[in-house]
Amino acid sequence: MRWLALRTGSVVACIAALAIASKLLSANLDTYVFLVVIQCGVAMTLAASLNLINGITGQFSIGHAGFYAVGAYVGAAWTVLWQPIAVRHLPVLQLGTPVGDTLTLLIAVVVGAAAAAVAGVVVGMPSLRLRGDYLAIVTLGFGEVIRVVILNIDAVGGARGLTGIPTLVGSGDLAFFWVFGLVVAVVALSRNLMRTTRGLTWLAVREDEIAADAMGVDTTRVKVTAFVVGSAFAGVAGVMYAHYFTSISPDVFGMDMSIIITTMVVLGGTGSVSGSLLAAIVLTALPEFLRFMQDYRMVIFSTMLVVVMLTRPQGMFGHGEISFSTLKRLRRRRSAGVAEP
Amino acid sequence: MSLLELRAVTRRFGGLAAVSDITAHVDTGELVGLIGPNGAGKTTLFNLLTGVYAPSEGAVVFDGKDTRGLRPCRIAALGIARTFQNIRLFRELTALQNVKVAVNLRARSSLFSAVIDTMGQRADDARLDALARECLTAMGLEQVADTRSCDLPYGLQRRLEISRALATRPKLLLLDEPAAGMNPFEKQDLMQLIRTVQAKFNVTVLLIEHDMKVVMGICERIYVLDYGQLIAEGAPAEIRANPKVIAAYLGEETT
Repeated sequence: MRWLALRTGSVVACIAALAIASKLLSANLDTYVFLVVIQCGVAMTLAASLNLINGITGQFSIGHAGFYAVGAYVGAAWTVLWQPIAVRHLPVLQLGTPVGDTLTLLIAVVVGAAAAAVAGVVVGMPSLRLRGDYLAIVTLGFGEVIRVVILNIDAVGGARGLTGIPTLVGSGDLAFFWVFGLVVAVVALSRNLMRTTRGLTWLAVREDEIAADAMGVDTTRVKVTAFVVGSAFAGVAGVMYAHYFTSISPDVFGMDMSIIITTMVVLGGTGSVSGSLLAAIVLTALPEFLRFMQDYRMVIFSTMLVVVMLTRPQGMFGHGEISFSTLKRLRRRRSAGVAEP
Repeated sequence: MSLLELRAVTRRFGGLAAVSDITAHVDTGELVGLIGPNGAGKTTLFNLLTGVYAPSEGAVVFDGKDTRGLRPCRIAALGIARTFQNIRLFRELTALQNVKVAVNLRARSSLFSAVIDTMGQRADDARLDALARECLTAMGLEQVADTRSCDLPYGLQRRLEISRALATRPKLLLLDEPAAGMNPFEKQDLMQLIRTVQAKFNVTVLLIEHDMKVVMGICERIYVLDYGQLIAEGAPAEIRANPKVIAAYLGEETT
C-alpha cells in the first residue's frame, strides 16, 4: 500500500512538473528555441529507444528511422484519414475540444506504437540468426524498404508527403508536456529494467550470447522483445513529430536519420541511457547553435564528432550512467575534500 | 534410473564422426570423469548434451526426457548447467551480476513487473540476490562480488564460471576442463572445492579433464574417449591399468 501511494505520488508529481514546465517554457521561450527543444525531446526518445536495442542488448541495428517512419505515418494516417470517419460515430473525438484532441492523440500514439512494434517483430526475427555487421546491413536495408514503400503509397501523399496533420501536440502549450512525457517514459522503463535481475539477461545477450543461452536465458525472446519495445518507442516519437510539425515526408526518415540516431547511441556511450540522452541533445542542438558559422557549420560539427570519438572511443559516458545518486556522491566527495586539511 | 543417458549418440561434421556411437550413463549423485587425448570429442559431447549441437543419430535422455530439438536455454531449465573450456563470462558485468544472470531461471516475476517496478518484483529481486550471493560464497568469491569479471585473475574466472553454473540450480553440472592452466597445487584445491560443492548443492558432476592424475583422485567412475569412440569405462584403478587407455595416451608398445 505504501508502495502504491509512493508510486502514484511520483507519477502525479512528474505529470504536474511536466505540465508546469510546459506552460512556462511555451510562454517564455523564443519560438525558434522552443522548436529546437521539442526536436531535442524527439531525438532523446529515438536515442534512448535505440539504446535498448543497440546499447543494452547489443544488437547493432542501424535502421531505426524505419520504425520512426512507421509510427509517424500510421499515427498521422489515423488522424488525417480515419479519425474524420470515427468522429461521425463518436462525437467525443471532435477535434478542437481538449477531450477530443487528447483522445485522438492518444489513439494515434497507440496505433503508431503498435504498427512500429509489428515492424520491430518483422526485423527482430531475422536478427535471431544474424550477428554484428550482417544484422546491421539487414536493418539498414529494412529502413530503406519502409521509406520506399511509403514513397509509393499515394493515400499518404507518396513523395509529396502527408500534410495538414492537425497540430495535436503543437497546439497550445502542451507540446513540451507530451514530448518530454514520452522521454520520461522511455527513460523510466530503461532504468527500471537495468536495476532488476531480469534486466541483466539483456546485458548478458550483449556480452556473450552462447553463454547466456547455456545459462537458461532465452536469447531469442530477449532480442525480439528489445526490438519490439525499442521500435514501439521510436514509433511514438514519430507520432509526436507528425503531430507537432503537421507535415511529414519520406525523406525525413531516410538513411541519414538512421545514421544520426545510431551516432547518438555510440557517441553517448553504448548502453548508457544518460549518455544517449545527452548525445541526442548535443547532436540536435549543436548544428542549430552553429548556424552563425554558416557554410562551415557542418565542417565544425563533423570535426567535433571525430574529436570526441578519438579522445573517448567508449563514448562520452562509456557504460556508466549519470544520475541523482552520482551527483550526490560527487557532492559528498567534494565536501569530504573540503573537510580534509 | 540414470540421471543422464546417452543412447548410441553419434555426431558427424561432414564425413567426420566427431563422436560416434556412444552409449553411457551418469547416475544421480555421481562424480564422473570424461578423459581422452586432444581432439577425442569430449567438448563435442558436452555440446551435444547442452543442445548446442543436435545428435546426428541416437538420443540424449536427461531425467527421463529426450532432449532432442531443445534449445540450450530449455536444456538449462531442465537442469543441465555447464562451464566452458575457453572462459565465457559476461566480461563487462561484475562477478555478482554474472551469477545473477543465471539465477533468473529461478525468478518468479515477469519482465512487465520488472519494467514497472512493482513491490513483488523488489521482493523477488532480494530473494534472487541472496541466492546469487550464496553461489558466489560457495566458490569463495564473496570478496570479489563487485569486481568486473574481466578484471578477475584467471583462476577466479574459472571459479566464477562454476559459480554461475550452480546458480541455475542444476541437477547435472558439466565442467569442461575446470582446472585448465592451473598448476598442480591449484588443481588439487579446485578438485577439493568441486567435491565440497557437489555435496553442498546436491549436484551430479560430469567433468572433462586432461590431467589423468587429477581425475583419478576425485572421480568415482571414468569414461575414456579416443577418436570419438568410447574405449574404456570404469573405476580409476581399472582405467589406469587398461591397456587401451595407455595406448591412447602413450601409443602402443612395439615389441
